[in-house]
Amino acid sequence: MNKMPLSNRLFMVMGYFFLYVPIASLVIFSFNESRLVTVWGGFSFKWYGEMFRNDDLLHAAGLSFKIAFLSATLAVVLGTLAGFVLARFGRFKGQSLFAGLTSAPMVMPEVIVGLSMLLLFVSLQSGLGCSSDEPLGLLSRMGCWAFGERGMITIWIGHTTLCMAYVAVLVQSRLKELDRSLEDAAMDLGCHPFKVFFIITIPVIAPALVSGWLLSFTLSLDDYVLTAFLSGPGSTTMPQWIFSSVRIGPTPEVNALATVVIVVVTLFVVVSNRLMLSAQAKRDKAMQAAFSGKS
Amino acid sequence: MKKWLSKYLPAGRTGVIAVPYVWLLFFFALPFFFVLKISFAEPDIAQPPYTPLLTHEESKTTITLNSGKYSTILDEVKSFGTESWADAAEQSQYVIAYWNAIKLAFLTMICTLLIGYPLAYNIARADEATRNTLLMLVMIPFWTSFLLRVYAWIGILKDNGVINNILLWLGVIDTPLQMLYTPFSVLLGMVYNYLPFMILPLYAHLTKLDGRLFEAAADLGASKWTIFLKITLPLSKAGIIAGSMMVFIPAVGEYVIPALLGGGDVVFIGNKLMDDFGPNLDWPQAAAVAVVMLALLIPPIVWFQRFEQKQQEEAA
Repeated sequence: MNKMPLSNRLFMVMGYFFLYVPIASLVIFSFNESRLVTVWGGFSFKWYGEMFRNDDLLHAAGLSFKIAFLSATLAVVLGTLAGFVLARFGRFKGQSLFAGLTSAPMVMPEVIVGLSMLLLFVSLQSGLGCSSDEPLGLLSRMGCWAFGERGMITIWIGHTTLCMAYVAVLVQSRLKELDRSLEDAAMDLGCHPFKVFFIITIPVIAPALVSGWLLSFTLSLDDYVLTAFLSGPGSTTMPQWIFSSVRIGPTPEVNALATVVIVVVTLFVVVSNRLMLSAQAKRDKAMQAAFSGKS
Repeated sequence: MKKWLSKYLPAGRTGVIAVPYVWLLFFFALPFFFVLKISFAEPDIAQPPYTPLLTHEESKTTITLNSGKYSTILDEVKSFGTESWADAAEQSQYVIAYWNAIKLAFLTMICTLLIGYPLAYNIARADEATRNTLLMLVMIPFWTSFLLRVYAWIGILKDNGVINNILLWLGVIDTPLQMLYTPFSVLLGMVYNYLPFMILPLYAHLTKLDGRLFEAAADLGASKWTIFLKITLPLSKAGIIAGSMMVFIPAVGEYVIPALLGGGDVVFIGNKLMDDFGPNLDWPQAAAVAVVMLALLIPPIVWFQRFEQKQQEEAA
């Protein structure tokens, strides 16, 4: 490859400078003694201590992690199915609607998605008669258990719907890159399609599943708008805690939280990138060996 | 037993399609119907906080459709040209909020394209090890909390923030510059946060370009600019469109950035919707706002999906 000209180099440096200045300032001011975030009052770790003693924050973070774990897991299951259908099933009735529905949550403004889901849940609640004293049928009792009040389950459903779109796109593009011949060969040899899916397709797209799960986890952990519509009293998540403390008047505690997030994310991205690269190299080698007839 | 089951359960292929399909229809498509329905209701102090459209009285069913929530928006549109700017700011809040959202989303799209294209281009043309590191460096801010990235800009832009402190210390200015709570701060926050959504699709398309094309063109005496304009740009058109739509469409509905960096002076339609939903408790109005926003966004969304589908069919 040719060497980058100086002007391009300069532009790259400026671009990355723009990306990282806010991050650097977050980290620097987390060590500020002063309550006023950007007026330097000396070096201190005190806000890290404050953060770990803040029960509201810890509680919100706990709930966020729980929801993020559940949403990422369900989104990977549903998103993989959706991506698999789009990549492998060819044309079927209602296919273009399905393709549209799968990718729309990625671009659709969250305020619209949030409001519409909320109105669905509220309509279900009144339709099933959740607040009435009448005896309920089994189905409506189950419905009311799930949607009866806004909280963890409604947030979970909302986040899953958003995240599965991203997983579907990742899985679909991974499947399109891959050679179908392995799957076809197994099927020709009489392997049941379900078995082919689990013993060939899933292992082969595993990297896409891992990155889909991680992406879903962070999207869910980060979501403010959908949660604002779908959460009820007592289900405050971490983004909601951050949003309200930024509005009321933030202290370096928020910066301390940000620093912890940044450190964890950076470690995670670097490590998973390394693992993924080596796994891919190994798999490419194995594939090559398989196709060239050597073992 | 097995036979009986297989009679009622869908066959394998249909079943695999049905699971995600039913989920999306129920939790993503069906809710839009309720938005449309409730936009014709009236707010009410009840649980849920709006009037029913269907009422049963003495075995008679009546449907009450209230189009008043749309009139609020429509009347503003009608009177918008006739009033002065000062009046408009007071009385045409919805129109101004729609306009702010579309204008700043469009500017965000242009700015992210101008910054993102050269970045993506250089990443795609770097050698493999560097490319990986550069991409990772784009991804790290993207994986860090969105809210915290917006919050970071408050610390940089506010009156006693980083930039003003540096400028005051250098003696360039005597009084702090007002940068936060202006259209500028909102635009800056949007460009910063949406930049990865532009870079990644652009990179995905630019990296697929065959290097031999450039060599061939250069051998035939094409200048660098000619190569860029005649080869790179046309071949990356799909990436430009994908990136632009990934930025523009969600940016129109943005709520968090104007709420935190606009401080009530730069109001987007998403903020009006949240106000009607939250403090004003006027859910039918929020629903009408959403329906109008959706009507504005459906043409670009549908066009984009058609485009993507055509691209995929061409590739196949």
